[in-house]
Amino acid sequence: MKVVVCIKQVPDTKGGVKFNPDGTLDRGAMLAIMNPDDKAGLEAALRLKDQYGAEVTVLTMGLPKASDVLREALAMGADKAVLVTDRVLGGADTWATSTTLAGALRNLEYDLIITGRQAIDGDTAQVGPQIAEHLGIPVISYAQEIKVDKDKVTVKRQYDDRYHMVEVKMPCLITALSELNDPRYMTPGGIFDACKADITTWGRADLKDVEDGNLGLMGSPTKIAKASDKVRKGAGEKVVPDSPEDAVSYIVGKLKEKHVI
Amino acid sequence: MNMSPETIAQYKGVYVFAQQVDNEVSGIAYELLGKARELAEPLKTDVTAVLIGSGVKDLADKLAEYGADKVIVVDDPELKDYRTEPYAHALASVINEYKPEIMLVGATAIGRDLGPTVSARVATGLTADCTVLDIGDFPLQPIPGKENEQLHNQLLMTRPAFGGNTIATIACPYNRPQMATVRPGVMQKIEPKKGAKAEVIEYNPGFTKNNRYVEIKEVVKAVSDIKDIMDAKILVSGGRGVGSPENFKILEDLAAAIGGQVSCSRAVVDSGWKPKEMQVGQTGKTVRPNVYFAIGISGAIQHVAGMEESDIIIAINKDEDAPIFDVADFGIVGDLNKIVPKLTEEVKAAIAAK
Repeated sequence: MKVVVCIKQVPDTKGGVKFNPDGTLDRGAMLAIMNPDDKAGLEAALRLKDQYGAEVTVLTMGLPKASDVLREALAMGADKAVLVTDRVLGGADTWATSTTLAGALRNLEYDLIITGRQAIDGDTAQVGPQIAEHLGIPVISYAQEIKVDKDKVTVKRQYDDRYHMVEVKMPCLITALSELNDPRYMTPGGIFDACKADITTWGRADLKDVEDGNLGLMGSPTKIAKASDKVRKGAGEKVVPDSPEDAVSYIVGKLKEKHVI
Repeated sequence: MNMSPETIAQYKGVYVFAQQVDNEVSGIAYELLGKARELAEPLKTDVTAVLIGSGVKDLADKLAEYGADKVIVVDDPELKDYRTEPYAHALASVINEYKPEIMLVGATAIGRDLGPTVSARVATGLTADCTVLDIGDFPLQPIPGKENEQLHNQLLMTRPAFGGNTIATIACPYNRPQMATVRPGVMQKIEPKKGAKAEVIEYNPGFTKNNRYVEIKEVVKAVSDIKDIMDAKILVSGGRGVGSPENFKILEDLAAAIGGQVSCSRAVVDSGWKPKEMQVGQTGKTVRPNVYFAIGISGAIQHVAGMEESDIIIAINKDEDAPIFDVADFGIVGDLNKIVPKLTEEVKAAIAAK
């Protein structure tokens, strides 16, 4: 069984956010981590490796430094790593990104593709389903549980007020929720091996069956009109009352003033 | 990728995916219709709801009351419970057949799967989790010397990113439809017009099973009598600072006294103290009550993203530097265990005295 996990290097949003003058993200200026949902997806794949001896390949698209998350994945136990990097792929929206990753996946063998539900930088949850669409395979999003039985996979699919147990024949694509599992740590031996491991690097020319017009900033149907740090409504009053009684009369006063009570 | 201006000109009308679950229209469908009415005005066009399901035709009148001029009904036994493939086929077929200029979908656990699949199928852009939608120009300002290249009547889609740290306004100028998913609880429904009727169009593109049809083995609904926190006028929301699941009692008492409901932060759900349906925030629900009490909630940006549109925010926290005070209208630094029970008594007394 072969599993490909798509992972993304994302800026750690706790470290603050920086932009280029054109409104796109300045990823180089921020701390980088493996996206949490993707990490859960990787863990799910590694459990299939533990259970069934599945071969796990990790795939990412990004700047050359995105190889850091591939090495982290190798240190956790992934078998192979592929980095797709090329200047012409920069500035891609979800359409262009999913087109690119689908172009890379056409070169790989897979029974199962796992992506995170969404990345913490864009929060779109679009790339997984869009990859599946480009490849013509079924997608099951929001996976809370994944079980494999021969050529079939059963997924507990989360909805707002329910879940569905869904079964499908592989190949298919699953998007993983962080609550799927607790990802394992890298092992010292794994880190040692990962440092020396070969990472396959592909550029535009290695993508299969994709048109230039669907790649990068030019191939992105969505365009940024404006990007900015969020302007919040700002703080109102803050009081430090001397006693709980003072606090209560302050709150009750405000509730009366606003005609709440 | 880009469509020609002639092709773009063929796309007309504001369309809404009218999500239904168990043949009951989801609230987000009405909210989208409310927004669609606003967008249709400057475009001088009409509003169409796309209703997909099995045995759902009767719901068309409800959609008319909430602002749909037309309802396209795709009704087929394959569409009973939501599955990506037959639903994506239904919606993509409607788009290809009727050519809407705008297609709005709720950013629900259904819409965030259906939207991307359909946008990829019809080869257009999709902006996720929008909080503001407007009609305007792209680029926003004309480029000197290229004034005639500025496009008008574009859908401008504004969304938070980076966990709410930033906002971006996105356009989809050279492809149609312009697609957006919209967070539930953000847009306003209109006051329903009793007895309003829409033109109902029945359309079935035909459903042939293929490799992409998954099989639903089991549907497990959450059993719950909890009222939806998104409908509450007053929310008494607790965070990790409440200390224990038992101590939520003091919040429940306050909520009962003031006629509100209890909600909570993600930390509370992650600790297993309260169910996920009570969670406010980016991975929970977006709420905009008249009054939001944030009690023992530090105010992580992901939480704030889900409640900052509340009319009045009252925060009680013992940590003077808690970020919740940056968005609170009224912040009280103090011990919630001492303040909240007394507040409940005073609120009761004040209401009794009226």
